[in-house]
Amino acid sequence: MDAKDILGLPKISLPVSQEKKSRPQKDSQRKPDGISREVYALTGGVAPLMPSIDVNQLKKRQQQPENEKITWEWLSFTNSARKDDLKLYHWVRVVNGTPPSGDYSFAKYNKYVDVIKYTDEEYEKHLTDPSWTKEETDQLFDLCERFDLRFVVIADRFPSTRSVEELKNRYYSVSRAILIARAPSPADVSGHPLVKEPYNISQEIDRKRALSMVLSQTKQQERKDAEILSEAKKIMESRMAAKAAQDAELAVTSNTSPEGMEKTTAPVETASPSNIQATSGVAPLMSMADNAAAAAASLRMLRVYLRTYALDQMVQAASSSAGLRTIKRVEQFLQELKVNLKPKVPTKAVCAEHLELRKEILTLLNLQKLLQSKEEGSSHREGSYTETPDTPKRGIDQDRSFIPDSVSFGERVGKRDQKRKW
Amino acid sequence: MARVSIPTDQNDAAVEESDSTPPQQMIETEDEENKSLTKKIKDLEICVPIAYGTISFWLGKKATETQSHMWTVYVRGATNEDLSAVIKKVVFQLHPSFSNARRVVESPPFELTERGWGEFEIAISIFFHNDVCDKQLDLFHPLKLYSEAEHGPLSTKKPVIVESYDEIIFPNPSDKFLARVHNHPSVIVPRLPPTLNLPHAPMDDTRRGDTKDHPHGQWFNRFSEADELLKLAEARQQVQNHIVKLKRRLSMLEG
Repeated sequence: MDAKDILGLPKISLPVSQEKKSRPQKDSQRKPDGISREVYALTGGVAPLMPSIDVNQLKKRQQQPENEKITWEWLSFTNSARKDDLKLYHWVRVVNGTPPSGDYSFAKYNKYVDVIKYTDEEYEKHLTDPSWTKEETDQLFDLCERFDLRFVVIADRFPSTRSVEELKNRYYSVSRAILIARAPSPADVSGHPLVKEPYNISQEIDRKRALSMVLSQTKQQERKDAEILSEAKKIMESRMAAKAAQDAELAVTSNTSPEGMEKTTAPVETASPSNIQATSGVAPLMSMADNAAAAAASLRMLRVYLRTYALDQMVQAASSSAGLRTIKRVEQFLQELKVNLKPKVPTKAVCAEHLELRKEILTLLNLQKLLQSKEEGSSHREGSYTETPDTPKRGIDQDRSFIPDSVSFGERVGKRDQKRKW
Repeated sequence: MARVSIPTDQNDAAVEESDSTPPQQMIETEDEENKSLTKKIKDLEICVPIAYGTISFWLGKKATETQSHMWTVYVRGATNEDLSAVIKKVVFQLHPSFSNARRVVESPPFELTERGWGEFEIAISIFFHNDVCDKQLDLFHPLKLYSEAEHGPLSTKKPVIVESYDEIIFPNPSDKFLARVHNHPSVIVPRLPPTLNLPHAPMDDTRRGDTKDHPHGQWFNRFSEADELLKLAEARQQVQNHIVKLKRRLSMLEG
């Protein structure tokens, strides 16, 4: 049922015949020359905008057939690689009646090894060896020539059982001896690889044994080896670090307390002897005085440092017993007192004063805490909550006014990041 | 927790004149001979005050997209003295977008001038002479081209200068170094004990490497410790008063 029937529209006959006419036109348009329709459809039905391959880059078909007459003939040929005169036949491309010249194209692949040939006299003079008879040596050399120095094959073919290394050893030592004997002067051959690096049979045997051992290692063995190697590496590194620490310790003065001495070795070992290092390897159990001693000693260990760095270290050492909140309160206190957290002009005197100030503030805070706990304790004991909390609290509030309870200033510690503003 | 005592800084091991540190024990000479193979003088710190930073000028009409400012990064003596007695060379590591980002300056004045448009952090590595120290010292300084103040009109006359004061300390100076610089104006050397026999070292006065006549010298900060010391003294006084008050209260409670 046509939709048009349902709608009651009349079927228009004219456009149908037009469609028929346009379709064959479109078809012929769509099918280009030289390329099948399906392949053309792969490109989406449109020719590519730019040729992807330059036509000149493609191989050109030979133009010669136009000038010459090519025939193929069944001809015989000789192979210079063969010792006999065997003539075989194959198809040959003949151009204009003349067959191609030149040797069989594969003859050049027949390569030989230059195996030395010695005369009997030479053998008598240079090459006698207790473990090798002349016959054996001759056999060896014959096999070497036949099998192009493929010692594995030679060893297999060798009449008496000799290992590959033994055969190699004999061959190379004989060649070397002949080479040296025949050379007009030793200097001429000293560059020859045989003379420069003679075959070392024991080394070769060991090497091959080691290689086979490595190859045949089981997975467990491999893992064990890796573990042992990494442990050895660690031991080496710790040994080197201990040596460096020992060298540095020579410079330590006798002023440091014995505790400080032990603690300084730890920071020196962990910190490389450069200047931008944090030496916060100090145990928290140490008292402030020992902290300061350790910090001072570690500073002295450095070759050169900045005063600001030294101040940071001492401040850290001094506040090592304090928690983070206390440190923040110290800093707030400093800001209230209108003192820079990091002095703008860090001279020796300024830094010393700054350090002392910080320590005094810490003391103050500790005292306040102590006072508070004592007063709270006493108020609990007396049991009167209305009276006593008022009076002491007022006093504390007066002191507290210096420390704002509001927003704590987040201090931007010098960040070492690169940024580019625009 | 019973009583908290303020610990004295017993281990500031430098022979000093200043009042804030307590007097120091001297190392006996035999100790010194036994200890180190290299001849180093113990407990003597050599201090070199420096100022380092950047100064940048807006180029105004001559500014381009990629070069809006001309800036100089430098390391100078805090009182503009010649640092070449101590410093062998300074290496400035710039942003990688600069060609040859690693710039080496081997003679005073130890500074580098460039043109650019962006702010970034410059790594400054100071290398000292062989008899001074064989380790380098690394500093960082962010280059500032625009002042922190409001986005006011840029001026070609007034530069944006950011300097930091610091002191380079050599805790164990070698004999040679000490001999060479103990009279040099760029270096602060504490009073030497009279028993010390320093080998005589000639002073090289031929080349002037100080920055006293620097073209931008008018902008350099004069760092004075007096203000800060005053502030600190005041602060300490206040804190100490508080401590006294608290201690009195504490003793009242306990007593």
